[in-house]
Amino acid sequence: MTTNDRRAERLAAPDGSVEFDADVLVIGGGPAGTWAAVSAAERGARVVLADKGFCGTSGATAAAGTGVWFVDPDPALRETAMASREKMGGYLQDRRWMARVLDQTYQDSDRLAAWGYPYPVDDSGKSQRNSLQGPEYMRLMRKRTKQAGVTILDHSPALELLVDDDGAVAGASGLRRQKHDRWTVRARAVVIATGGCAFLSKTLGSNVLTGDGYLMAAEVGAEFSSMEFSNAYAISPAFGSVTKTLFYGWATFSYEDGSVVPGAASKGGRSAIARALLQGPVYARLDMADDDVQRDMRASQPNFFLPFDRTGIDPFSERFPVTLRLEGTVRGTGGLRIVDDSCATSVPGLYAAGDAATRELICGGFTGGGSHNAAWAMSSGTWAGWGAAGYARQLGPTRQRRLASAGSVAFRSRSNRPFEPAALAKVVQDEVYPYELNYFRDASRLEGALARLDAAWADASAADAASKDDLLRARESAAMLATSRWMYRSALARTESRGMHRRDDYPDQDVRQRHYVTSGGLDDVWTAVRSHADAVYAEAAE
Amino acid sequence: MIEVIDAERCTSCDICVNVCPTNVFDKTDGIPVIARQSDCQTCFLCELYCPEDALYVAPYADTRCPTDVVALRQTAAFGSYRRAVGWTDETRDLRGIDRSYLLFGH
Ligand SMILES: Cc1cc2nc3c(=O)[nH]c(=O)nc-3n(C[C@H](O)[C@H](O)[C@H](O)COP(=O)(O)OP(=O)(O)OC[C@H]3O[C@@H](n4cnc5c(N)ncnc54)[C@H](O)[C@@H]3O)c2cc1C
Ligand code: SF4
Ligand code: SF4
Repeated sequence: MTTNDRRAERLAAPDGSVEFDADVLVIGGGPAGTWAAVSAAERGARVVLADKGFCGTSGATAAAGTGVWFVDPDPALRETAMASREKMGGYLQDRRWMARVLDQTYQDSDRLAAWGYPYPVDDSGKSQRNSLQGPEYMRLMRKRTKQAGVTILDHSPALELLVDDDGAVAGASGLRRQKHDRWTVRARAVVIATGGCAFLSKTLGSNVLTGDGYLMAAEVGAEFSSMEFSNAYAISPAFGSVTKTLFYGWATFSYEDGSVVPGAASKGGRSAIARALLQGPVYARLDMADDDVQRDMRASQPNFFLPFDRTGIDPFSERFPVTLRLEGTVRGTGGLRIVDDSCATSVPGLYAAGDAATRELICGGFTGGGSHNAAWAMSSGTWAGWGAAGYARQLGPTRQRRLASAGSVAFRSRSNRPFEPAALAKVVQDEVYPYELNYFRDASRLEGALARLDAAWADASAADAASKDDLLRARESAAMLATSRWMYRSALARTESRGMHRRDDYPDQDVRQRHYVTSGGLDDVWTAVRSHADAVYAEAAE
Repeated sequence: MIEVIDAERCTSCDICVNVCPTNVFDKTDGIPVIARQSDCQTCFLCELYCPEDALYVAPYADTRCPTDVVALRQTAAFGSYRRAVGWTDETRDLRGIDRSYLLFGH
């Protein structure tokens, strides 16, 4: 087979649109999407990857860079790595999945090294692989994706999935926002790798992450899991976007008057910062970093220093105001429920990877620091790519399938009331940003927020189809709204505190709730409970 | 947010238009324009990809900060992020000096 045979085929299409026929469509081009695309292509699939932004700069990793849960294959080291996080995650992890992520991350990191990623070498001559510079990593992943024969559509947000008569997912369509036309990809399998939902909070690199993949998947009936673990907040200078938190481990946090905020810390004391921010401004100074540490910090995270160097603040000697920006499911753990080792969802033909998928299997109810998300993105991406390619291969002829569009909200002509995306986004933000609603949860406050969000959904569903220019923003705000409702409905269903989910009215962990909360639905949001011990994941066919 | 395209340095290559994840710039017959500044997510990536160091992203995420290009040229700001990550010929060695492994677990 020549490389050309393995490329997606461009089909004839009406004016104002382009159409492709592919085996696998990957939606989203961050680490999860690019690993999925490369893996599917290496298994012989013809692959299209569509990204809302530019594959290589778009998404949380490209802008931020990540620590990676990379552990040498020494049984004792691996055991420590797995055990050390179980308490924090509320004992919801699954050992078998942790082990397979560590294995896959090790192998993928080897490939990155072979592809030329410039891993640093320590004083003993060892290549150090537990950190990836975002721009460097994602520039390399774009190159490898192209070299694998994948057709990349940049600035091409997916808006809705396509389904066949049996309800199996069979492609997607969206916009080419710089060409002002539409795209359609007919595909035998689809991987959702659209990242998490950070609610347009301007946390670093995340304004493209509005939960679009969740909405599209929900419209074909997919389920979610662990959506209550969706209240990650990250520290940044109050005026800035750089929510990189590692270095705040060397910070002292203080009130306006200079006195220290009791219990405040980046790790294990972030809630004290949130409580203090409810009273007034909070300041930080990285005064515990000595000269050597300061030098290593500058070498390791150049972007951390941009807000300081460009405002003339010396963060090691001067106090600067900080805030906590909501990262939702980006550094939370909730997402699409996956049902087997190949990262299939509960809908035939639909796979999920990275932040779009639940990370409960390796993180339980807590991430944020510890590098699990990055390891998960590459591992789940690799598996979803293989899984989707395998599924596509065993499917019979599909050319004659009749496909229907699954998009609902913002697509339907309903009333004469216009769809107002910006106003809707603001409604959602007002319910999910406040620390007193989302960080510190309680039944009556959650119920109040949910009632308002449910009303907003009824309203948005009854609104007219969005205009061509507003369609992307309308779908984004609807996706944020849907996400917030799975979050809070799941949060109400967990009447205890566990992982990052913190209930003021149930401050303790309850042994009887060591289970997962499944959720789903659009007009009617539902939740259900799955036991942890019985959570059986079938071996993949691959 | 993105504040400056330096018309003296810009060669109209349109790379920034392509790489900006939130589609902030528009192509023109000449130098691109900042068409949707309020969509800027302050990720600094356009600066990294501009081969002429003609872009400047102010560090304020939520507020505008009109910046004087002539004054800015007197500083080392243009291209400073690109140099720091080792994406210029003179600074290539910086690509492999990540010391995170010494800082994790603090
Ligand atoms: C500041 C910050 C620091 C972090 N640090 C760490 C760390 O140290 N360690 C760690 O493990 N994790 C860290 N994370 C989390 C980590 O970045 C994510 O887990 C990781 O990026 C997930 O990869 P992904 O491919 O799933 O999503 P992303 O990298 O977010 O990529 C998603 C992609 O989907 C695209 N997309 C979205 N919607 C659509 C649509 N409708 N159509 C087409 N494409 C779409 C986006 O444009 C984007 O390119 C950090 C996150 C942030 C924000
Ligand atoms: S990337 Fe730089 S040189 Fe190229 S068009 Fe943009 S500003 Fe001009
Ligand atoms: S900082 Fe990021 S979002 Fe803003 S213009 Fe540059 S690339 Fe685009």
